[in-house]
Amino acid sequence: MQKLNVSVYRYNPDVDNAPYMKDYTIEVEKNRDMMVLDLLLLLKEQDPTLAFRRSCREGVCGSDGLNMNGKNGLACITPLSALKGGDKKIVIRPLPGMPVIRDLIVDLSQFYAQYEKIKPYLINDDKTPPARERLQSIEERAKLDGLYECILCACCSSSCPSFWWNPDKFIGPAGLLNAYRFLIDSRDTATEERLNDLDDAFSVFRCHGIMNCVNVCPKGLNPTKAIGNIKSMLLKRAI
Amino acid sequence: MVSSASTFGRSGSHDFILLRATAIIMALYTIFMVSFFVSADAVTYASLTNLFAHLGMKIFTMLALTAILIHGWIGIFQVLTDYVKKVGLRAFLQFVVCVALIVYWLVGLLVVWPVEGV
Repeated sequence: MQKLNVSVYRYNPDVDNAPYMKDYTIEVEKNRDMMVLDLLLLLKEQDPTLAFRRSCREGVCGSDGLNMNGKNGLACITPLSALKGGDKKIVIRPLPGMPVIRDLIVDLSQFYAQYEKIKPYLINDDKTPPARERLQSIEERAKLDGLYECILCACCSSSCPSFWWNPDKFIGPAGLLNAYRFLIDSRDTATEERLNDLDDAFSVFRCHGIMNCVNVCPKGLNPTKAIGNIKSMLLKRAI
Repeated sequence: MVSSASTFGRSGSHDFILLRATAIIMALYTIFMVSFFVSADAVTYASLTNLFAHLGMKIFTMLALTAILIHGWIGIFQVLTDYVKKVGLRAFLQFVVCVALIVYWLVGLLVVWPVEGV
């Protein structure tokens, strides 16, 4: 057996005046790796007051986005062996920049409000819709790869300083990745309106391309590239 | 669409283009001035006044000052909207910076334009 030192962010607004870090020591089998979520479940056995979100436990639902040893990710698909400095101490905090509801649970209202702004659904003004479905060529469909896979876990947006400073004005990497997904969809006819809605000083252009979002995306997506493509579309239209 | 009256450009893409275009002008002016100081045998009052007496240099300098005005206006707007959350304080700081940038431009014009060679 080996001992693991874990430090977890704790805050219960009903009881605590301020957030604090609580240290735990937990015994696990030696030379056995596990996911951070498994560790959290073991901690919850030790301390049932610990609160966190989780659901599918396989990186699909996006519920357990957390900050683990300084890097955002999904607890269910992040092995302890992948944590930087994890052999010394494991530090688990909620997603940064988001209001904390309790312990590791954050309020994602602003994140969803930004997602809602980009109208995340197909808009088609075709007066005579096809009888069965709107077909796409293989090439048109391929353009959606690397975009549609986003699970809205908020790991990217909560690692972005521009989103920390202006969560009410900057759409954020997750919202913009999805915005581009609809901008290049061959079945969507609202490209101009979508671009009009984004062409201000904050929505897109507050991204300065520092690529924190790419660094943390648990699905391996590239929001910075999508944002760059949106900027190109806006600029081509403007010049 | 987020409305913001305090930036310089008419839209996000306008700001983006202005920032890059003005950056090119400032970079060219910097390269020119550095190469002047490096290549000159001796930088004297006479050599500087002769340089700035040239109409092209006056226009280049005013162009650079205009670029600083626009670049600074947009850049400071971006930094202040990131870091200063109190609206009144942010408006005051931006007012001070923008007035200073306009004063630089006016002083630059009044200083550079009358220069005659020796």
